[in-house]
Amino acid sequence: MYRTLSIRQKQIAWAWAFLALPVVFYVVIRFYPTANAMVISFQDWNLLGERSWAGLANYQKLWADPAFWQVFRNTFVYLILGTPISLVISFAVAYHLDKTRFMHGFLRLLYFLPFMTSAVAMAWVWRWFYQPVPIGLFNNLLADIGIPQVQFLRSTTNALPAILAPAVWAGLGFQIIIFMAGLRAIPQSYYEAARIDGVSGWTVLFEITLPLLRPTIVFLVVFSSIGFLRIFDQVFNMTTNDPGGPLNSTKPLVLLIYQSAFTDFDMGYAAAQTVVLFLILLLVSLFQLYLLRDR
Amino acid sequence: MATAGDIRASSDTLFAGAARPRRANFGQILRWALLFAGGVLMVMPIVYMISTSLKWPHEIYDVSLIPNEPHLENYTYVLEDGRFYGWFINSLIIATITTISNVLFDSLVGYTLCKFRFPGRYIVFIAILSTLMIPTEMLVIPWYLMSQQFGWLDTYWGIMFPGLMTAFGTFLMKQFFETVPDDFIEAARIDGLNELQIWWTVAMPLVKPALAALAIFVFLGNWTAFIWPLIVTNSWDMYTLPVGLSTFADEADVAWELVMTGAAISTIPTLIVFLIFQRFIIRGVVMAGLKG
Repeated sequence: MYRTLSIRQKQIAWAWAFLALPVVFYVVIRFYPTANAMVISFQDWNLLGERSWAGLANYQKLWADPAFWQVFRNTFVYLILGTPISLVISFAVAYHLDKTRFMHGFLRLLYFLPFMTSAVAMAWVWRWFYQPVPIGLFNNLLADIGIPQVQFLRSTTNALPAILAPAVWAGLGFQIIIFMAGLRAIPQSYYEAARIDGVSGWTVLFEITLPLLRPTIVFLVVFSSIGFLRIFDQVFNMTTNDPGGPLNSTKPLVLLIYQSAFTDFDMGYAAAQTVVLFLILLLVSLFQLYLLRDR
Repeated sequence: MATAGDIRASSDTLFAGAARPRRANFGQILRWALLFAGGVLMVMPIVYMISTSLKWPHEIYDVSLIPNEPHLENYTYVLEDGRFYGWFINSLIIATITTISNVLFDSLVGYTLCKFRFPGRYIVFIAILSTLMIPTEMLVIPWYLMSQQFGWLDTYWGIMFPGLMTAFGTFLMKQFFETVPDDFIEAARIDGLNELQIWWTVAMPLVKPALAALAIFVFLGNWTAFIWPLIVTNSWDMYTLPVGLSTFADEADVAWELVMTGAAISTIPTLIVFLIFQRFIIRGVVMAGLKG
């Protein structure tokens, strides 16, 4: 039968033969679960009992839950602190590393190495750093130079930045590498023209380098924003004794989802939270498309 | 071959050292010194992790980087416990199978979407693209229910199935197959190769750098994956390395030298692989980051 097909028909047959299994995969493992999560968000279900329709009850509960707003706020604090700090540091390093020739590869290696580590392992290393004297490295160093102790993970104000630090640290290497690729892509002629015109270094930076890096910056802002909005590994591992604590001060949305679903078994409520996360991430992605459109 | 060469050439020039040589002056030296100091700070957590894993319990209070009497007792202790071997093997099996699956299927789908014209092509393209917008966290609850229903909880398949194909990988590969000239494929067709043979013997070898980049990303992602393995496994012998480490470290509590040893065991393999293939991996990361 295959022989009687025209060349074009054979092509179509091959294409769908190649796509058959992947299409099944995407439908069963991606689309069906997405729809399912949305459906569950309108249901009341504790995993064991009956599923019953709850209408908007889960969303109303979310709206009225002070713990949710605390978590919502925390999630955005991770984003608002994490993204600018990591981008400024990585740009500064990339900008100067780009102009350094001596042992360039070695320096790049040092900055990139943390990106290859596992977030869970490093969360425990940083957790050790943050312990009070006589255990934690940071407090021991502070004690050595005579500065009073800092409560890192036990303080409701310091714990969130303390947990954010390893997340920023681990992501810097990637951002530096991407920034350097972006810097290399800027044609030399712009800089030469600026030099001939006698433009100062800062003006070159703000008038040439940064505007031409716009696509790179937009990509990194969105990429790192999505990463911080989904922070989980570091928080979970650095606060295992009281996940998201102290007093929920470090709990991000994904941890709340995890607890609602797999500690409280309130599946409908957890699903409603995932829908909220989905909408937030969707807005961030649409924002990226909007920013890149007018080029 | 020309195209694969082009890709390599362009990323080579991208990283062929600094572009603007200048004579060393005070500013240059200061810049280098600051960059070096920053770089040393960056690797400090890793260095401290390894250093502490070589210390005796009474020494961990000491901030000095070099252990007084370095020893490997912690490693013997942690490994004799036996669980780490299992977790290591689990992670290795899962990351390897997932990587192979992604390399095969993502490139097959990317190739099909790039080189075939067929009804439904656009819909499949948009459908796969749209899954990039769906966060994993939204899917874990349905995946869990699915696993529970089909008895996939606490199995390798249960840990692996969500990541067997990725939209990210598919688009990365599609981008790279654009660089394979249609003439090559036509020529192979005239030579009597079937479409599967063309994909495997003609197109795939031309995108090897991209396949390697994809493999690195998928492997590292699965080696360090935490939330899904945490949810889907519930007996310790099925844990992956991150989940195992998390529970182990929580048990070990104040024995920080053992926690650091566990952390080192799960980090050192990827660091070694990175140190061996450094240039190659950085190039792959840039490729994946900019094209994906």
